[in-house]
Amino acid sequence: MTALGLKTTPTNAATPARRPNVPVYLDYQATTPCDPRVVEAMLPWFTEKFGNPHSRNHAYGWEAEEAVEQARAQIAALIGADAKEIIFTSGATESNNLAIRGVAMFLKDRRNHIVTVSTEHKCVLDTCRHLEQEGFEVTYLPVGTNGLIDLAELEAAITDRTAIVSVMGVNNEIGVIQPLAEIGALCRAKGAHFHSDCAQAVGKIPLDVNAMNIDLMSISGHKIYGPKGIGALYVRRRPRVRLVPMIHGGGQERGMRSGTLATPLCVGLGLACALSQAEMVEESKRLLGLRTRLLGGLQQRLPEIYVNGDLDHRVPGNLNISFAFVEGEGLMMGVKGLAVSSGSACTSASLEPSYVLRALGLNAEMAHTSLRFGFGRFTTDEDISYAIDHIVSAVEHLRSLSPLWEMHQEGIDVSSVQWAEH
Amino acid sequence: MAYSDKVIDHYEHPRNVGSLDKEDGNVGTGLVGAPACGDVMKLQIKVSAEGIIEDAKFKTFGCGSAIASSSLVTEWVKGKTLDEAGQIKNTDIAQELALPPVKIHCSVLAEDAIKAAIADYKRKAGKDDSAAAE
Ligand SMILES: Cc1ncc(COP(=O)(O)O)c(C=O)c1O
Ligand code: FES
Repeated sequence: MTALGLKTTPTNAATPARRPNVPVYLDYQATTPCDPRVVEAMLPWFTEKFGNPHSRNHAYGWEAEEAVEQARAQIAALIGADAKEIIFTSGATESNNLAIRGVAMFLKDRRNHIVTVSTEHKCVLDTCRHLEQEGFEVTYLPVGTNGLIDLAELEAAITDRTAIVSVMGVNNEIGVIQPLAEIGALCRAKGAHFHSDCAQAVGKIPLDVNAMNIDLMSISGHKIYGPKGIGALYVRRRPRVRLVPMIHGGGQERGMRSGTLATPLCVGLGLACALSQAEMVEESKRLLGLRTRLLGGLQQRLPEIYVNGDLDHRVPGNLNISFAFVEGEGLMMGVKGLAVSSGSACTSASLEPSYVLRALGLNAEMAHTSLRFGFGRFTTDEDISYAIDHIVSAVEHLRSLSPLWEMHQEGIDVSSVQWAEH
Repeated sequence: MAYSDKVIDHYEHPRNVGSLDKEDGNVGTGLVGAPACGDVMKLQIKVSAEGIIEDAKFKTFGCGSAIASSSLVTEWVKGKTLDEAGQIKNTDIAQELALPPVKIHCSVLAEDAIKAAIADYKRKAGKDDSAAAE
């Protein structure tokens, strides 16, 4: 124990300690707990091994540099890249900004067009919006009801003015996996750079930047049991991808991202990648088992529930379900023993529900009734059993309160009613 | 979002859940909101010959605050005259439930629902009157 009463080593190297009276965590797409093995590996780099990895004159610097380079190699290995192609950043948000803006700015005199998808993460869409204001033209590809893009539409969208195509590997709300290899082949054939936001894909599905012709890939530490505040951008060296940096300074990270590297965070991200790589096959099987059980358990006991997004082209640790006639936020309150996320946004300034679900063609009603379940490394069988019982009783309670459920039971088509929308 | 204890209590133990016969001449029904907006409230009142609300029922599709607002309103209107019930303000509801600013519209919806139920009752009663006069 330290003076602060904090344990310096985890009680159990395999699982973070559970806190009593805290909901079961089913929000693994929002963030993941740092794996205790990762925390342990990071610790010495905060204290005794605190050197600046860019210090060339003494052993403190050398050992830190060696640790950072090992981490870089671990990240590269997970995606089939060379260590020299990995740039450390503060997270996937920064990586996405740097990739899209950096490439667009570098090519702006020759190519002023960007292609992306309507279901991308806000940090991609917002970067594109800003570039639009600066004179770039952006095509936002639609997705089908399964959440996947149409390759023919992508092909038609790419022109000889297209600087970069940005398509995420895995969607954060519905977990669907875009056909990266096919997209990469199209981009390569048409001479456009291919960037993929793989914050939700890395460590979850096999990725190979060469086989998939990916030129830039964004990675986030805290989605893969690593620390928050660190990520990486893969930037291809052959053929070389060039970009304009956003952060200027000492010229670290091959001049693309200045600033002293956070050695402990780099070490943490590196080990997180290595662990995911070593455990991916087994872990995917286990998670798929949990998901199948969760979905089956709910479907068996609740009528009128619908899975949003393709179930086959999907990471195993995600489910997104609409519980018809039950509002998502009310439902979240009912399942307070679970930490989940809702596609309903009746609270915030905008009354718009999830733009991702709307992009699938879901009407606002159904989008308002959705919950996202994300599970991962520390989710147990018991968590899933508890979740099923808890969700079923909350949905049944709320349906007993729902005027829409009552109408549905009476055979009234709720969508045919003239509502006074406000 | 942290809910107040009163909201949680109404959410977990909603009062007066259910439906009254909307064809009954003594029953007024208010149905407000829209599924696309994420909230729908149905509030019904049963009015005695003396013009007193003797029963009230609700069903709500919405967030916890919307459920609590409508549950609370059914408690409040019982025993009141139509005029008294018509004077319930959303601010009273919001205050009683300690609703945060983003949840004020849930209380507005509850006020709308009670007004709509009263209007529906009066419309029906009016029709009944004119039918009797013929
Ligand atoms: C798909 C996707 N892209 C980007 C991000 C942002 O990542 P970070 O939190 O590392 O900036 C997230 C996480 O919210 C995400 O899910
Ligand atoms: S019903 Fe919309 S936030 Fe309460």
